[in-house]
Order: sequence, then structure tokens, then C-alpha cells
Amino acid sequence: MSDAASQIEGIASFSLPEAMRAAIIEQARREAPRECCGIIAGRDGMPTRIYPTTNIAAGNSLYEIDPAELIELEFREMPAHGTELVAIYHSHPVSPAHPSATDIALAFWPDALYLICSLQKSDFPQLRGFRIRDGAVTEVPLVP
Amino acid sequence: MSTDDGIHVLIPTPLRGFTGGEARVDVHGGTVGEALEALAVKFPGLGERLHDEDGQLRRFVNVFVNGQNVRDIAGTATELSPGDEIGIIPAMAGGDAS
Repeated sequence: MSDAASQIEGIASFSLPEAMRAAIIEQARREAPRECCGIIAGRDGMPTRIYPTTNIAAGNSLYEIDPAELIELEFREMPAHGTELVAIYHSHPVSPAHPSATDIALAFWPDALYLICSLQKSDFPQLRGFRIRDGAVTEVPLVP
Repeated sequence: MSTDDGIHVLIPTPLRGFTGGEARVDVHGGTVGEALEALAVKFPGLGERLHDEDGQLRRFVNVFVNGQNVRDIAGTATELSPGDEIGIIPAMAGGDAS
């Protein structure tokens, strides 16, 4: 539907700047054992800025981005910068970097790439990207 | 199309397919429920994305009025005044809970 979606649709990989990868892993470690979350904005499917957000879900095995922050990002911040949503990220502190059943059931932003950071192997954090659309999961390889 | 006495509704990107790509549409209504109903009538298919079978606002759809979550006010009974701004935002949520 959006430009970014069609752009991402047509490519076989997603270019994630090293600084953003490092920032996601750092946030995941800092907020463990809770899941961390945030979004990445960009233009034409290319990331330009990362926005860490507040996880308002209870417990250590769910995330829900604070909707008040989302309202601000979606309707003010990104339009003001001429950017749009490119990716949504969250962490899996003790499980693999793959969408859970909950992740798939609650994927309401089909045009976004879903990034998952696993801290299951604490010395080897893993970050992977997926498109989740109508219950179907397709991995999109991340490249620097 | 745009009127000063209407309710301004901000449409999130995943739902703009229902509004012909429009990011902001104007409707009339004295409450949030009435405004969302007007929106659903104006854009077929959109209503099902906002409400469940019982007509309740879906758990993973948040509606804000002038920056305040209606769940923290009076829900869909929250009263509106002309010129108010409604923001609709689907949840970004998930996690490893089974």
C-alpha cells in the first residue's frame, strides 16, 4: 500500500545500518529480562532513524509499544520528517529470533518489517527480520 | 470536504487502503462511538477493523482524542466537540508468551 511497502516487497534483503543493529542489541540487554521494543523510520524502505519505545505490557514475555508514543510517531514525528514506518523491533530475551505465535497473531502492520533480537545465547545476540502478513512468515535477510 | 465543525480523524498507514490513501478524514459525531460509526459507513470494511462482532472497540486498536487514550476516559462514550481530533492506532505488540 505505502511506497515503503512496495519497495521492501521487491527486495530480497533489508539494509540495516550497523549502528542501528548495535542499538537494538544494547537496548535488548539493558531492558532484559523484559522484552524491549521500538520502531525504525525511513524513506523508500531505507532506514534513517531508530526510535526506542516503552513496552507497556506486563511480565517478561510480551511487548506492546506505548500507543501514546505510537500516535506521536505515526501522526507527527514521521510526517514532520518526511519518513514512514520501515520496521518494528522487539527482543526475545530467552527464546530464538523467530516470530512466536503471539507475534504472528498480533502483526497488525503488514507493510513493516518485523525485527526480532534474541538474547537466548547471551554472548551471541541474534537479530533477524521477517515479513508477517496474513499469518504467513517470510524471512528477509539483514545486510549491513 | 474539510469543515471546521467536523471531527478530524487521523488514519494510520495500515488502514489507509480503506480511505483511498487519505491520512485525515472528517466526520461528524457527538461521541467517539458515533464518529467511528460515521467513519465505518463512509469507508466500507473499515468498521470491522475497529470493532469486534459485539461492536466493542478491538483490544488491539487504540483510539485517542486530542492526545488522550479513550480507554482512560469514557471509551466510545467519550464526548466530542467540533474540531476535536481522533487518532486511530493499531497495536504494535507480540512477544514470546504462548
